[in-house]
Amino acid sequence: MSTILFFLPLLLVFAVLAIYGERKISAFIQNRYGPMETGYYGLLQTVADLLKLLQKEDIVPRVASKALFLVAPFVIFVAVFAGFSVVPVLPTWQGASINTGVFFLLAIVSLDVIGIIIAGWASNNKYSLLGAVRSASQIISYEVPLTLSVVCVLVVTQSLDLQVISFQQGVLSNSYFADAENYLFGLSFANVNTTEIGGVLTWNILRAPVLIPVWIIFFITTLAESNRAPFDLPEAESELVSGFHTEYSGFRWAIIMLSEYGMMLLTSLLGVILFFGSWNTPFPNIGSIKLASWTTGEVGSMASVFWAVLWLLIKTIIMVFIQMWIRWTYPRVRLDQLMSLGWKYLTPAALVLLFFSALWRLMMV
Amino acid sequence: MAYFKNIISAAKTLSKGLGVTFNHIKESRRSSNQVGINDPSYFSEFESGINTLQYPHESIPVPDNGRYKLHNEIDDCIVCDKCAKVCPVDCIDIEGIKATEIIGKTSDGTSKRIHAAKFDIDMAKCCFCGLCTTVCPTECLTMTKSYDFSVYDFADHIYSFATMTPLEILEKKKLLEQSEMERTVAKPLPSKPKPVIKPKLSISSKSEEIAAKPKPAKPVFKPRPMIKKKKNTDD
Repeated sequence: MSTILFFLPLLLVFAVLAIYGERKISAFIQNRYGPMETGYYGLLQTVADLLKLLQKEDIVPRVASKALFLVAPFVIFVAVFAGFSVVPVLPTWQGASINTGVFFLLAIVSLDVIGIIIAGWASNNKYSLLGAVRSASQIISYEVPLTLSVVCVLVVTQSLDLQVISFQQGVLSNSYFADAENYLFGLSFANVNTTEIGGVLTWNILRAPVLIPVWIIFFITTLAESNRAPFDLPEAESELVSGFHTEYSGFRWAIIMLSEYGMMLLTSLLGVILFFGSWNTPFPNIGSIKLASWTTGEVGSMASVFWAVLWLLIKTIIMVFIQMWIRWTYPRVRLDQLMSLGWKYLTPAALVLLFFSALWRLMMV
Repeated sequence: MAYFKNIISAAKTLSKGLGVTFNHIKESRRSSNQVGINDPSYFSEFESGINTLQYPHESIPVPDNGRYKLHNEIDDCIVCDKCAKVCPVDCIDIEGIKATEIIGKTSDGTSKRIHAAKFDIDMAKCCFCGLCTTVCPTECLTMTKSYDFSVYDFADHIYSFATMTPLEILEKKKLLEQSEMERTVAKPLPSKPKPVIKPKLSISSKSEEIAAKPKPAKPVFKPRPMIKKKKNTDD
């Protein structure tokens, strides 16, 4: 329950650094420097921007539906932030340890769209409303392949608890399930037991390599879920000013921005937990060189805390980097392309992969 | 089958695009050197890496023969007024006071005979043609490499190069008057006319004449007197 003490500061620091990082990455891709003037190498640019935002007037358009307009950013933020409540940080430290963690996460994250629709509708602005409508149609259509891709993982892991899924993917699996066995690529008939080897070999993508294409679908759909480019139609700058948050300014706009980056962090964390071994180390034990055990530490020790947080954050940040890299590479898709990608490509592919994941699970036992 | 072809071509093109941008990220470890247009590497320098010129902190070297801000080395100026005459936009305003004797030498050995009471260049009018620097006989009027001289007040565009104080100007004017008086008193000597300098006598009055000439030839503002009249009646 107490992971809020970790995630709330993490989210704030992450948003500040990620906005800076995003500006730098976009600059490097475009042969520019990005922010350079505020602080060393522009490091304090986001802090300065944030201070400016906090000082700005809280403008409510006269014809807006005032109460809803004021409350919408917080609905979005709460929906995103509630998702962090089930995410594990350490082997010994998880938020809410509920048996249906993944289900809860997917459900609560979809609430996000309610906040977006409230914001767009309450603004009484055609751009905002168009953005909100687009957002709703996008999130609803991408919910389907997202859920299917997550179900593919769940078929393999046989659990909805994110902490259980984390334990399965490393050398600590035996400390949680006494009789847990991991086989290389999940092929139990080949009988290469990787339970004690751990490392990258027991991550879900290698425990059941069928999850590699599943991860691609998962990744594409999470981009769409978090309204990131190339699926940022709800806030398409070139068409809709900035979509559902056109009318927002100052602190409320900052909250919406924070939620957007929070969503990036959450979906990246979820991807890491489901596919890339959660807080487990990437190094395997090779014979007497116990790289995995050394970089995991005794459960409960300070070393274990350090390694777990380090691996979880490194992997998450790499995922976030990929999201940014994609944003500054691809142009925005059209609405019809978005729908055809979601319904005609990702959904059938996810269904087929679900079938293969189930087959793979049969080979794992 | 078009369905699978779409998937394959999407995968190919998308990964290609990611490769392109990732290469840019990798190349951005290097910043391009800011070389001038004269440098042989000018066109190859900006092929990769960060190209931004962080202007106030760094700038591209300007070519030696670039035409930027004007500068007058007043110690070398003989106040010949050629620059003011040749200037197509009349941005140079010179007022000279003829000296009673040679007042010094320029660095190339030309004698200075006229005091520069006023040598103003209005850089707001300047069209950077460089004609004034070509006609300058002592090469005291040059174009510098300074090109960033924006100012807050429009009047600050006028650069004054004369160094004489008002008191000095007054003094020199008096001296000139005195010597002229002496000359008129000593007029009974017409055989010694000094006609070479005489037309140059008062440059300022001459330039004023030139400036004044076109004025009567411009009767464009016909309604002016009417407006004036109206104003007068209003008053």
